[in-house]
Amino acid sequence: MIGGMVVFVFAKAWPSFSHNGLHWFGPPAHGGSVDDQLAGIFNSPADPRRYEYTIGAWPLIWGTLLTTAGAVALGLTLALLSSIFIVEFAPPPVRRVMQPVIRLLAAVPSVVYGLIGILVLVPFVGNHLISQQRKESVVYVVQLSGSSLLVAVAILTVMIVPIMVAIMSDALRSVPRAWTEGSAALGVNRWRTVWTISVRAARPALIAATVLATARALGEAIMLSMVSGSTGFAPNPLDGLTFFLEPTRPLAATIVDNAEGLSVKPFGQTIYAFAAVLLVSTFLLSLAGWAAKQPLKRYGIAG
Amino acid sequence: MAVATRREAAVETTASWRPLDRLALVACWSAGMLLCAIAAAIVIFMGYKGLQFLRPHLLWERPLADSDQSRSGGFLDPLIGTVALTALGTLIALPLGVATAVWLTEFGRPAPLARAVESGVEVIAGTPDIVLAIFGLVLFQQSFFGFLSFTAEGNAVFGRSFLTAGCMMALVALPFVVGGTREALQSIPRHVREASYALGKTKAATIRRVLLPASRPGIATGTVLGMGRIVGDTAIVVILLGATLQLQRVDGPPLIGDLRGTGSTLTSYVYNNSPAGEGNAPEKAYAAAFVLLVVVIGLNLVAGRIGSGRSAWKT
Repeated sequence: MIGGMVVFVFAKAWPSFSHNGLHWFGPPAHGGSVDDQLAGIFNSPADPRRYEYTIGAWPLIWGTLLTTAGAVALGLTLALLSSIFIVEFAPPPVRRVMQPVIRLLAAVPSVVYGLIGILVLVPFVGNHLISQQRKESVVYVVQLSGSSLLVAVAILTVMIVPIMVAIMSDALRSVPRAWTEGSAALGVNRWRTVWTISVRAARPALIAATVLATARALGEAIMLSMVSGSTGFAPNPLDGLTFFLEPTRPLAATIVDNAEGLSVKPFGQTIYAFAAVLLVSTFLLSLAGWAAKQPLKRYGIAG
Repeated sequence: MAVATRREAAVETTASWRPLDRLALVACWSAGMLLCAIAAAIVIFMGYKGLQFLRPHLLWERPLADSDQSRSGGFLDPLIGTVALTALGTLIALPLGVATAVWLTEFGRPAPLARAVESGVEVIAGTPDIVLAIFGLVLFQQSFFGFLSFTAEGNAVFGRSFLTAGCMMALVALPFVVGGTREALQSIPRHVREASYALGKTKAATIRRVLLPASRPGIATGTVLGMGRIVGDTAIVVILLGATLQLQRVDGPPLIGDLRGTGSTLTSYVYNNSPAGEGNAPEKAYAAAFVLLVVVIGLNLVAGRIGSGRSAWKT
């Protein structure tokens, strides 16, 4: 089943990879945009020998990397702090509230997150955070409308935090009590105890949680296609603060946006190439997550 | 007693802490409060917008393509689509998942195959739904699977239908069903099985009469969680169900013809009516999203209720 999946997707994707070689992963040639290239592929002649395949998917990959890395970095901090809070510091009534809160955040469908993003956050950022001046400063390169890296990363963070909190709080809770009590008996205060004993003991679980969350963030398509601006533009860190307000479009969102074009053969094959890249990266992440869990089994800290 | 001592520990004064440690404590509190605030904001906002725009007639009017919002109808078809797709996905995932879990925990031989299946389920759980969707499309466009969907002229298989989407949705729900069932089976103590064998029951009879009834709450929890996932999934609907506004049936016997046709669900309805889709009718999107959220939260509450009730084997 799994093998079939990989074979099918790769068989479909092969022409796109073989035509471009390593340039597939590079920036679009001749200063064109990746959207123009996609349009070119979509409109390529019907003769199979003259199919157009040229694409440099770097802006899409860069968009994926940026949104994922941003969300995971933010999410890791937020999730670690809040799971410490839930396990160690929250008074029992607060703890009873936190459990359903986490479950609720995990259960909200991505399309609802996307809806809130596109109808509330995007206009807010577009109208209040981006000054006219800033819009004019990049008007020749890209339009700033509020659909931006910032909104995408913010919502993606909220989406992946519950997964991380669920795993992390389980791991923190199952750290043997004797270890933390021993530390407390030595006169170490509670924060230091948590930070130096519990968090360190649960480190493999933290890695596992991060890996899972990364996989989820990589594959998030609907929400990102709604809020990230849907232009194949690579945000440029050299732009300073504007960088966070520039639109982008990750691989998964590109697939959703272009689902209608799948029946055009070379276009479909290019889309399958995107899917293949995603599939391989999530597969590698599953492997990494499995490897990260191994030391846990030795301590018997988590199942 | 134990509670009392813990309560005392909780009020340990932080006066002696270093400033940095106190800062970290504040950060913990604010992270927790932030999550609560976000959740509350989502619920209150969606509830407010939903009640503002949800009209009863939306629930039983069929959607129509019209730019005038007063005449574009309600979302009866997406609602039926959600129910049908969830039922279909669950119907496929439930037997498959329970069988897999029983085989894994009770038999699990040959061991390499069991490990492969185990990691296979994990990979499926980690695969993005968009990749599953697009894989489903290649798979079901093979002429071999033509009976599942609509075949155009020249033998091109369309590949988009309730049946094909249901199959892929089953994969989305499968890891939850397998996980819930396995956990329940593993929590049944060994002596229960041995007592059954001692009474002369075969292994098959033990599984059917003893283990499965005992793990019913676990199976139910996993299934309901999986259903929640199916209800909330959008990518598979957009790509594999066609996300047509109305249910479009294909020629054939009544039920089969409908299932071979395309349709939409609440999620794709929300997507299409948001500014990102073609409809661009935020009021309708809010109303549908509210219904969707109520369904998903309801399913999760049910899962939590079932899950908390299982303590049959506390020793």
